[in-house]
Amino acid sequence: MTRVFIVDDHRLFLSGVRAELEGRVELIGEASDVDAAIQGIRAAKPDVVLLDVHMPGGGGKAVIAGVEESHPDVKFLALSVSDAAEDVISLIRAGARGYVTKTIGPDELVEAIRRVNEGDAVFSPRLAGFVLDAFAGEIEVVSDPEIDQLTAREKEVLRLIARGYTYKEVAKRLSISVKTVETHVSAVLRKLQLSNRHELTRWASDRRLV
Amino acid sequence: MFGGVAGGIGERLGVDPVIVRIAFVVLSYAGAVGVVAYLLAWSLSLDPRDPRAPKRRERSTGQAVAFGSMVLGIVLVFRSSGLWLGDAVGIPLLIAAVGAGVVYAGTAREGRTRWRPASFRDSPFGRPSLISLFAGGALVVGGVVWFLTMNRSFQGVYAVALAVGATVAGLTIVFGPWAYRLVNQLGEERRDRIRSEERSELAAHLHDSVLQTLALIQRNAGSPRKMASLARRQERELRMWLYGPATAGWPGRLEAAVQNMADAIEEAYEVTVEVVVVGDCALDDQTNAVVHACREAATNASRHAGVGEISVYIECEPGRVTAFVRDRGKGFDVHAQPAGRGIADSIRGRIERHGGSVSITSAPGEGCEVQITMPLRGSVQ
Repeated sequence: MTRVFIVDDHRLFLSGVRAELEGRVELIGEASDVDAAIQGIRAAKPDVVLLDVHMPGGGGKAVIAGVEESHPDVKFLALSVSDAAEDVISLIRAGARGYVTKTIGPDELVEAIRRVNEGDAVFSPRLAGFVLDAFAGEIEVVSDPEIDQLTAREKEVLRLIARGYTYKEVAKRLSISVKTVETHVSAVLRKLQLSNRHELTRWASDRRLV
Repeated sequence: MFGGVAGGIGERLGVDPVIVRIAFVVLSYAGAVGVVAYLLAWSLSLDPRDPRAPKRRERSTGQAVAFGSMVLGIVLVFRSSGLWLGDAVGIPLLIAAVGAGVVYAGTAREGRTRWRPASFRDSPFGRPSLISLFAGGALVVGGVVWFLTMNRSFQGVYAVALAVGATVAGLTIVFGPWAYRLVNQLGEERRDRIRSEERSELAAHLHDSVLQTLALIQRNAGSPRKMASLARRQERELRMWLYGPATAGWPGRLEAAVQNMADAIEEAYEVTVEVVVVGDCALDDQTNAVVHACREAATNASRHAGVGEISVYIECEPGRVTAFVRDRGKGFDVHAQPAGRGIADSIRGRIERHGGSVSITSAPGEGCEVQITMPLRGSVQ
């Protein structure tokens, strides 16, 4: 069973998730602040960490930064009530392999944990929308087209996810295997993390901060 | 030592307070410059708890040396420029300044007792302001009078001007800083009042919305769908209130209009409408038609599909807007379906009138997806 560590500063939510996941994954620890999380994860070496975005003391980003170097195998799935684009994108860029909102159902959450554990990316419709937004439009100087632009197929996959299709439905619709869908989404995740496309920042400021 | 000015300056500059105190004493011989500077610094300085107060700096020997040289320099400049006041002027001024100091120490202590232990406040030193006001005032007046008698050699108009000047200066020294302090305190009170108003506004808001919703949720515990809808509505309201309209896009733009449309449907039909908008463009006849068609499609899905969740996806590209409204409900046979149910007129008719096209994909048991494509005549911003 997948060994899961939960980090969330809301006790109520923590116990709710624990009850939902009981017996479906192996819960090996939990923490409710940044320091305890970093120590706990280093000691327990989980497969997947369910990570809250907003926490006192630096939030989810600080946890990833504190664990990443010593334990690069630990995978992070961000779980948050926040829908703000800059929060989502910044956590993904920090190294999280996926983002789901706290309203996600238990089955979907277990599925998302499995996916992240297998090294794939988990995109909710909203995250897919954010990414399409961030990579939208042409830019004149592309430093690395491999990283700074999405392929037509990747865009197609993301659009379907944004329209509310599950990976399985996307696969059926495009007549490809679920594995191929996962490969496309993982490629998009990599681009999102590596691209220095100035649009990524400009877009964030256009959206919220101006 | 009176008002913690030396300590404060020491903290700010990173110099031992003792050195600062010595500097003030040395400067006092330069025509009481030190005393005046001390009092001025005190009245202008802020309580460390005041959010506007500057941060402390680490102490260092270099800072201390620099500070010492600076003070020495000031003294030398005063002396060489002839501003080194003789005893005749210096001593009376010193007395007047000490008197003024006593007055401030008394009046300012009142302000400070607020965060002192209660036992100390009740002691005879608790309210010294009246005594020190009189004692200090007497010292100031004495100093000024002595100053005037010692300087009789000045003649005529010059002497009168000097007397008036000295009196004004004495009064300013006594009451100026006190008045400044008073204004400062008023500002503090005003900030406190604003804070407490904000708190009560927050309490009122939470009471009107969140607590009411929680009560409703408890009463509707039997109906999960109703509960989810209530929670969702409250979440939306709270987000709007906390983060402002920026989360829902800009007014007059497509994204905001779609968001409003989805909110209305969620409220009317107790369903969840997941909205994803990529890009954004101005709202005109054509894009408005897209929003209305989406509303119609989502309404149909809420009424007939029999599921609690509907996905709306809208993408704005240069020259084109594409929209999808999708549900995973029971679906219907597109070919057998008689025209009606709003599709023919409200969706297809409206979109085609504006130059767009509609395609509907559905089959019994497989949900329904309405796709709207609208090539834009105007330019996209």
